[in-house]
Amino acid sequence: MNKEANNFLHQGANPRKRKRERADTRFRWYGLIALGLALSFLVFFFVDIIGQALPAFKQTEVLVSVNYTEEAKSNYNRAVEHKLTHIVSRAWLRTIPAYLEAHPEAVGTSHDEWVPADSRVDQYVKKHEGHGLKSKYQKEVDALQQEGKVRSSFNIAFFETGDSKMPENAGILAAAVGSVFTLLITMLVAVPIGVMTAIYLEEFATDNRFTRLIEVNINNLAAIPSILYGLLGLAIFISFMGVPRSSALAGGLTLALMTLPLIIIATRAALRAVPESIREAAYGLGASSLQTVWHHVLPLAMPGILTGSIIGLAQAMGETAPLIIVGMMAYIPEPPSSILEATTVLPAQVYTWSTESMHGYIERTAAGILVLLTVLLSLNAMAVRLRNRSEKTW
Amino acid sequence: MKKIILATAALLMVSNVAEARDQIKIVGSSTVYPFSSYTAEALGATSKFKTPVVESTGSGGGLKLFCASNDMDSPDITNASRRMKEKEFATCQKNGVKYITEMVVGYDGIAIAQSKTTAAIDLTRKELLLAVAAKVPNKDESALIDNPYHYWDEINAKLPHRKITIYGPPTSSGTRDAFEDMILKHNTKHWKVYNDAGFKKFHEIRQDGVYVPSGENDNLIVQKLAKDTEALGIFGYSYLAENTDSIGAATIEGVGPAPETVQDGSYKLSRSLYFYIKQSHVGKVPGIMEYSDLFMSERMIGDKGECAEIGLIPLPAADRDHYRANLKAMTRLTADDLKPKK
Repeated sequence: MNKEANNFLHQGANPRKRKRERADTRFRWYGLIALGLALSFLVFFFVDIIGQALPAFKQTEVLVSVNYTEEAKSNYNRAVEHKLTHIVSRAWLRTIPAYLEAHPEAVGTSHDEWVPADSRVDQYVKKHEGHGLKSKYQKEVDALQQEGKVRSSFNIAFFETGDSKMPENAGILAAAVGSVFTLLITMLVAVPIGVMTAIYLEEFATDNRFTRLIEVNINNLAAIPSILYGLLGLAIFISFMGVPRSSALAGGLTLALMTLPLIIIATRAALRAVPESIREAAYGLGASSLQTVWHHVLPLAMPGILTGSIIGLAQAMGETAPLIIVGMMAYIPEPPSSILEATTVLPAQVYTWSTESMHGYIERTAAGILVLLTVLLSLNAMAVRLRNRSEKTW
Repeated sequence: MKKIILATAALLMVSNVAEARDQIKIVGSSTVYPFSSYTAEALGATSKFKTPVVESTGSGGGLKLFCASNDMDSPDITNASRRMKEKEFATCQKNGVKYITEMVVGYDGIAIAQSKTTAAIDLTRKELLLAVAAKVPNKDESALIDNPYHYWDEINAKLPHRKITIYGPPTSSGTRDAFEDMILKHNTKHWKVYNDAGFKKFHEIRQDGVYVPSGENDNLIVQKLAKDTEALGIFGYSYLAENTDSIGAATIEGVGPAPETVQDGSYKLSRSLYFYIKQSHVGKVPGIMEYSDLFMSERMIGDKGECAEIGLIPLPAADRDHYRANLKAMTRLTADDLKPKK
């Protein structure tokens, strides 16, 4: 009997069951293919960027004899042999008069020094296509290489200088400092305001038409194109409040506007996840609303709030569109010393380099992206860690 | 709570500090930007002054910011790849930017290039327009039609039977803007059939594969020209000068691009590059005069100057002296100067 039933099931259901099983397998494969595609894009991107970026961390140097003569004070081209003036970096060469001004005792001396090479020479030595070095200089460099007067060393300048019109002198310091300043402003403005708004909406506000309208609007704001915040920032902060154009303050406030909705939404979700029983227990012991929120609800919601804030700030860090509008996409080679000074930020710097025509900027663009990615990844890792460490289950 | 107080304090500080500025602010044309920022860097590296901030906003955007106010927050200098318009001058006057000094730093030229192995070709600006515009007049010039031309001899029987392929800059590029200005807008501005069709200045380039936007990388265009010997390429002049071993220039109305032909105005695909100084800021923001002096110096814009190395076509020596004298005297720009010459 049992066997018969089994047989019946087997015979009747078999084709359909197999069909369903096949569909099942296919479905699993679609998922795998999608995952594979996404992964391969990611791998391709990383391999490509890292491959392009690595040469930027090496800078070609040339051993030249530098003559610190009186003449070099007024015409720095005289400090090295005439044929070498196009081989060495002009960014280095033109600092000689100032150096002699500061070190009068050096005048009249002559040293053999390793100095940075011009970007075209650098690209030629690295054997990159389109190095743009003229053939007469190529021969010069070949000869120098034969004599062992060319070496490649770690490009420390990339981390110590700001933007430059000479690729060998271009670095990310100014943009990195600018990013830190801008993000600090964004954090100081967006986090307190965002958290307070969320606490009010979640813990105090009554559920009526007005609060629901605000809710819908906040959710909408989180999704509008970021460039609109740039226009808003230009109108409010620069035109109306008189914040200096291109400053970290203007950029930071604009990004804060953009980050606010994200922080509010994340904080509200975190507050909502705190069980009602905790609030009731606090009230039951006679705590006021302030005490309940401040002593019990907020500490429990903290990991969620922090995660949301960090992810919001990480997004602000990678943003460029609103910053174009407030004037931060510019040639600003010096790190700012205050939040009111003109500043650029990392993604803006990457964009500026990507539009430069000289070949030396290609690897610098990639290196800039790599630095930005590293910072963003560590921010996100921090968010994940915070969440894991203080996650509570009820 | 502390954070909120700090943030408010920072906001309040703004109004007090905005007055004192020790860094020059420059805005304006993306074509002048490379030379302007190069000079800015040189000033920062070789003097006590802070490196000026140079923002590339386009000529129109720069003049708008420049003329918007005379406050210390407004830009001190604006770069432009065309002359200030009378209307813009009037806006400046209205907003209290009364005294302006005009400087010309040099020229920007565009070369129409081809493989060196290809037979020389001479084109007029009108023929170039007919080759690249999205819409061209029909035979009796009564209406605009989609561009039908695929061979040069279809445009003008005297031209060779050669396929039209043009590698040029993409829309984001300053060279493209210049090309559109000098070839398309220049020709269509006073061409009845375009005006009748409702175009004051037509500047749309065809998108049927004849004009190939080729990225900002000019090296790529050179490689393509070497393979595709029938094609033409559009570059900034400086690029042609660096690649004379593999590419040659087409002549435009009988004249090839060279510093001399650009300087005397016979080569038509070129334009002057300007910058404007706000006189009321001189002396208040340190370094404006030093920056301008450096920019106008032989070291930067001379025949063998550093800007010439990165693509600027120098002014004739007499003109350089003329503008240097203007700079020294802080000659004021007047509305009459900007009136079109008859």
